Amino acid sequence: MRLGFNFWLGATLTALVIFAGVLAHWIAPFDPVLDADLMNSELPPDATFWFGTDGQGRDVYTRILYGAQISLTVGIVSQVINSIIGVTLGMTAGYWGGWWDDLVNGLTNVMLAIPSLIFALAVMAVLGPGLPSLLIALGLTNWSWTCRIARSSTLSLKSQGYVQAAQTLGYGDLRIMFTQILPNMMGPILVMATLGMGSAVLSEAALSFLGLGIQPPFPSWGSMLTDARQLIQLAPWAALFPGLAIFLSVLGFNLLGDGLRDSLDPHMRTRKP
Amino acid sequence: MTAPLLQVDDLHVRFPISGGGLLGKGRRTLHAVNGISFELAKGECLSIVGESGCGKSTTALSILGLQEPTEGMIRYRGQPLAGPGAPQRMDRAKAVQMVFQDPYASLNPRQSVRTSLAAPLRLHGITAASEIEGRIEAMLKNVGLTPEQAKRYPHEFSGGQRQRIGIARALILEPEIVVLDEPVSALDVSIRAQIINLLLDLQEKLGLSYLMISHDLSVVEHMSDRVLVMYFGEVVEEGGWREIFEVPTHPYTRRLIAAIPDPDAALNPAERQASDATVPQLAGRSFVSDGSTAPDVFTAPVRSELIEIGGNHRVRMALA
Amino acid sequence: MTAPLLDIKNLQLGVSLGRSSYHPLLKGVSFQIMPGEAYGLVGESGSGKSVTSLAVMGLLKRPLAVTSGEILFKGQNLLALPKREMRRLRGNRIAMIFQEPMTALNPLSTVGRQIAEMFVLHQGKSWAEAEKLAVEALGNVRVPNPDRRARNYPHQMSGGLRQRVMIAMALACSPDLLIADEPTTALDVTVQAEVLRLIKELCAARGTAVLFISHDLGVIASICQRVGVMYSGCLVEENETRALFESPRHEYTRGLLGALPRLGSRSEHGRQRLVDIDSIIADRSRLTESRFIAPREREGSQP
Repeated sequence: MRLGFNFWLGATLTALVIFAGVLAHWIAPFDPVLDADLMNSELPPDATFWFGTDGQGRDVYTRILYGAQISLTVGIVSQVINSIIGVTLGMTAGYWGGWWDDLVNGLTNVMLAIPSLIFALAVMAVLGPGLPSLLIALGLTNWSWTCRIARSSTLSLKSQGYVQAAQTLGYGDLRIMFTQILPNMMGPILVMATLGMGSAVLSEAALSFLGLGIQPPFPSWGSMLTDARQLIQLAPWAALFPGLAIFLSVLGFNLLGDGLRDSLDPHMRTRKP
Repeated sequence: MTAPLLQVDDLHVRFPISGGGLLGKGRRTLHAVNGISFELAKGECLSIVGESGCGKSTTALSILGLQEPTEGMIRYRGQPLAGPGAPQRMDRAKAVQMVFQDPYASLNPRQSVRTSLAAPLRLHGITAASEIEGRIEAMLKNVGLTPEQAKRYPHEFSGGQRQRIGIARALILEPEIVVLDEPVSALDVSIRAQIINLLLDLQEKLGLSYLMISHDLSVVEHMSDRVLVMYFGEVVEEGGWREIFEVPTHPYTRRLIAAIPDPDAALNPAERQASDATVPQLAGRSFVSDGSTAPDVFTAPVRSELIEIGGNHRVRMALA
Repeated sequence: MTAPLLDIKNLQLGVSLGRSSYHPLLKGVSFQIMPGEAYGLVGESGSGKSVTSLAVMGLLKRPLAVTSGEILFKGQNLLALPKREMRRLRGNRIAMIFQEPMTALNPLSTVGRQIAEMFVLHQGKSWAEAEKLAVEALGNVRVPNPDRRARNYPHQMSGGLRQRVMIAMALACSPDLLIADEPTTALDVTVQAEVLRLIKELCAARGTAVLFISHDLGVIASICQRVGVMYSGCLVEENETRALFESPRHEYTRGLLGALPRLGSRSEHGRQRLVDIDSIIADRSRLTESRFIAPREREGSQP
């Protein structure tokens, strides 16, 4: 696999996020919720508070680290749900065709027409705020592209000789789909999932910003931005660092996805001197 | 006289094609196969030849169970192979298998050779690891590969080797009938010879019956016992290989054979001209078509019939 | 002796592996094509026959590159020509037809317009004149109803017709050399026969030389007067067609000819086992050590 600059940069950024989230408990200097001393509020970055403090006197650096946990969880879980829904619907639609295909296509078109954030908002409104609802909402929202890709990959793989061979050898439909077709379309699906992680983080930030996602006082980068709104002039770092964290993590996921796509492209893979 | 292994009786395959009209208007029917009948005996190699669109592939797919016939009967050892009364796909798998044309697309790139060969065995109830290993080893040796190569993946093999793996896969369930779909067209000339030799050896060794689909008439002449010439869904001539190649009668068959780029024919055109002259006269009957203008595939073909012109030789002519 | 139209001298070509090291694809290929002659290049995949034609047309893209040798066309070294000059030759004096007509034709432009383009570009004709000439060209390649067909798009035509359009485009400016790279491999047998006949007749009528590349020995035998056999980047045998087929001298050629099932041989001799080339060639890696290039017959001494 030829892994280019994109991939390595993306991988590094992603690794940073994972590192921060996994090790937050051990490397954070303070507690993200409890260490809130109003005497320390709105302090600029210094030796003690590397990223400064927010309006409640909490260490921004610590909250960024803990916020990474949220972002990672949201990114990964929502994409897993997305992929499961998208692949199941898309693969079966492509393989069986007929009325099921028409139904799935119709559903996909509807989902693509609804702005995803609005849809997530609607789901959250029903389920109430909080992390679990957030995960479900984001998982239900963005499966359409994965479904499309799964469907078109299935359509083209269906006519490959080894799929016909499997049919001739007596394999049933489901077995063929899961052992012959699915493994051969993992590339594009994986790429979609990595790109989706970035988009999930952005959605979480937006929803939390709107007050529907992670509820205070637990830190998430999006809710940190909400809190920092009033402090833009007084303590810009309280908004700067969460914003930077969102930016870098989304950039990292996207670059990782791009890099994966380039290296998994069969044309590039089979190029031999 | 032993019963034929495979019997195809008046096979018709028609596809509905939507013309694109809003409410399904302009729906037409594509007549792909229009009443084919033939038999395959044990140990025989029957080739179906024709150009693109003649229906040979559709016929093969129907026999494999990958295409539902619209009309007609396909029987294996007297039992129906398609339609009502058809066996489950698992039983059918033990009767008929296929070798595919494109060695680069016919193997799952994510499965090692061992997995590709072991999985069907397991699926069909053979679970003892030693037996599976034994059968895989034996089959690999049969097709000219070594057991060490079983752990490799398709992309590590050449085109010819991949075709050997495809043949191994087709034979692993020990079917009696093997459909060969253009088995050597995608291979280099020198490799073709090896695979043709291999197929003929295996036929003898394992008592296989081949149904070969091909457009390469030199290969057909070399390998077949009997030949069916198809033109737009119908058999226009059928007979033993000698009859078809030495006394081609239907104008389409003659065009096909005349069109073969054969080095000897190219260098000695005079000889070929001579054989053109020996057109058998057929008591005032005429041919429905001469194979130069394509008929409309969306209408049923003009009625015609196959008449005997020799012991093993039949030609399609217009009704008297 | 007439001067050769195309003279390839010790052409070496490779794939760049970075830092001026190359993996060789052509290891010193030399042959000549006389004006009006049909020359066949035969070989299996990896022999380098297609890449030779790309080199002649100047269509090699990175990482492929010529590392040494000359390609002389009417005395001029094509490899030394500036791009602009090469473009003037391409399509005009040297034309090429490919295996897949669908990808070689512009799907968004009518067939007539694409042929007309040749006349406008290379002969400076006006569009109106060129379109008339395009219809004529279609007639020359025996497309029925040429004026109606000229208004068709490529997808409205069958493979055989599209190939004829490609031939019409290639021969529009009466080039000196036509390079045909497996032009009939993707076609049905009867269509192939017609297209081959067409190429043969048109080129003979206009005195166009043909470099015909194929893996199919039968096709080569029916068109070419002289044949070169390639293996692993080298020309291992070259001879007049009849001589090559009747008395091949190189092991590889003999193996190739023996591997072909020949029509009529089963009737005469019964089913013969096809030659397994690996069983008659002791060591494939030494195949390129010997070469049998038969000299051309002097003019006036033709049988």
